[in-house]
Amino acid sequence: MSAATESRTAYLAEFTRLEERLAHKLAQNADHHDAWFQRRRKEAIGRFAELGFPTTKLEEWKFTNVDRIARMPFHSTEFRADGLSSDLLADLPLAHAAFEQRCSRIVFVNGHYNPQLSSRDLPDKLIASSLASAIQHDAPGVREHLARHAGFQNAAFVALNTAFLEDGAFIEVPRGVRLGAPIYLLFVSTPDQPIASHPRSLIIIGDDSQASIVEDYLAVGDGAYFTNAVTEIVAGENSVVDHYKLQDENQEAFHVATVQVHQARSSNFTHHSISLGGSLVRNNVTVALDGEGAECTLNGLYIAAHNQHVDNHTVIDHIKPHCASRELYKGILDDKASAVFNGSVIVRKDAQKTDARQSNKNLLLSEGATINSKPQLEINADDVKCSHGTTIGHLDEDSVYYLRARGIGEREARSLLTYGFANDVLNKMKLDAVRVRLECAILARMSGGHAQVEGQ
Amino acid sequence: MLEIKNLHASVDENEILRGIDLTINAGEVHAIMGPNGSGKSTLAHVLAGRDGYQITHGKVIYEGKDLLAMHPEERAREGVFLAFQYPVEIAGVSNMYFLRAALNAIRKHHGLDELDAMDFLKMVREKMKLLGMDETLMNRPVNEGFSGGEKKRNEIFQMAVLEPRLAILDETDSGLDIDALRTVSEGINRLRGPKRAIVLVTHYQRLLNYVVPDFVHVLADGRIVKSGGKELAHELEEKGYAWLEESAEPAKSGVNR
Repeated sequence: MSAATESRTAYLAEFTRLEERLAHKLAQNADHHDAWFQRRRKEAIGRFAELGFPTTKLEEWKFTNVDRIARMPFHSTEFRADGLSSDLLADLPLAHAAFEQRCSRIVFVNGHYNPQLSSRDLPDKLIASSLASAIQHDAPGVREHLARHAGFQNAAFVALNTAFLEDGAFIEVPRGVRLGAPIYLLFVSTPDQPIASHPRSLIIIGDDSQASIVEDYLAVGDGAYFTNAVTEIVAGENSVVDHYKLQDENQEAFHVATVQVHQARSSNFTHHSISLGGSLVRNNVTVALDGEGAECTLNGLYIAAHNQHVDNHTVIDHIKPHCASRELYKGILDDKASAVFNGSVIVRKDAQKTDARQSNKNLLLSEGATINSKPQLEINADDVKCSHGTTIGHLDEDSVYYLRARGIGEREARSLLTYGFANDVLNKMKLDAVRVRLECAILARMSGGHAQVEGQ
Repeated sequence: MLEIKNLHASVDENEILRGIDLTINAGEVHAIMGPNGSGKSTLAHVLAGRDGYQITHGKVIYEGKDLLAMHPEERAREGVFLAFQYPVEIAGVSNMYFLRAALNAIRKHHGLDELDAMDFLKMVREKMKLLGMDETLMNRPVNEGFSGGEKKRNEIFQMAVLEPRLAILDETDSGLDIDALRTVSEGINRLRGPKRAIVLVTHYQRLLNYVVPDFVHVLADGRIVKSGGKELAHELEEKGYAWLEESAEPAKSGVNR
């Protein structure tokens, strides 16, 4: 029996244990309405059993080998209230900022909602809760949208997430509400053993509403673990959604994340994807522009060193006419790091007047770093504006000389230029707290300690 | 302050500087003129420390130290400044951040406290006004999207902030309209002083009407073929460089042999 098959079997056995655990929970609580979801869960595990973990023979996984994930015996853990203290959380820069600022905070530890660490007061009209309880209470939005957007028929990791779905965030902003403060979702792992978590979030932004949502993935402590996240976002008509996904997992982490977005007419969705940590990282972002006049911006930055591997797959699906998409992904790769960018823009037959621009730019800081960049345009309409491009380069030595000729040391000059390369991605971020934290993190990483940034 | 002795420099085996001798004292303004390809810019970059030149003979002593043994940033911290002919655009780094990093590197070298953003802004505001630097220009990435004139002005502004002891200006006048030339010249003149030396590398005499040099040298084929006072510049303006290049021919073949 191969390692991958063995691992698949292990997940199936784990699923049986999960079902028993859930059945036990259900027996204790007579007031449940989630039979429909348990059926979906079974379908998902069935599909995962058929698909297994993807191999590099699949075009979508050609450059990312997930054998290391498949071979590790990762287990889900049960909720532990003592998993993390709020003191520890206060040391995490962004979490700390979220504590300080007026912001709705929901914290998940190893995939489980932690009420002690989460905000108690939420703005009026905002529904922000644990998805587990939303499923249990049969929130209408859940039944309408959960697992309706992120399909698992051809996505093994989504199938796995759906099968093992225990918790995550459920956000519902009703029609016509403009949230002033961002919603901060913290997913923290405590990997004292090889744990797997499958956080699942459902974010529904009503018509004419506006919200900023930050997802932050990180760990407290060392050790290998596996995060397999899925987020579904539904942007209503004329809504404005500013979504951040920050990945700063530890050096041994495996991180696979799927973000699936559905946009209605005239909605405006911005996604910032920042990948700093992890050993093996895969981000799948798919946006369906399914209403006239919808706009999306995908803004990505990946920084990898040592033997890190980061793979970003994005799909922008122009379904309806008069939609616009802007995509800029930038990568900075050092040592023997490797990265993949695969950006696909699909223009359907009816999507006339599509305006799509895509760009992927990479900075290689060493001879050993590699990037596989593949922009793809699939155009089935005739009156559209589409462009794409990829650049791969090194630091400009004339620029290094110019900075040095002004007294700036060589090492600092190189880190400043590298930071400058990343900066146009950061400058697109509207949330200052997030931007400043990232600027500091990036400068510190580039120059090994020095980190002083002012807003401008 | 600066002593250049029999300096020979090559790029990829091609000898560009063929024995430069030049002494510059504090308080003096020297103009180095010459036709295109005479080695003016090479001399400027060799003094600033750019990679890619092989120094085959000679030495450069700056304030008693071997200048050629120093890294570019060490030279800058010791007070050498080169205003670039083609200032480099630096994406994503604001002019303000860049210049403060430069100033602080120099201050640190001299054992002075680093300036924070507020103190720095206070310090540079006046100099910005003098050189007509808009504050919005300060918040834009270094030289990115600047017009030619703005770039040159930015170089002189940097010089005004960093206050070097030896300033080398490489064709700072080229491409400037008359108003910009006046502003830039004013900025240069303001920096003239008994403790500072300025080297104007230029193709044209025009700048020298505004910044009057103490000495003028003509560079041709990698050597200084003639030196004199400010009147030499006027002579060049009238006669061009041809008469000097002809007289330089024998010297050139002499080196080759």
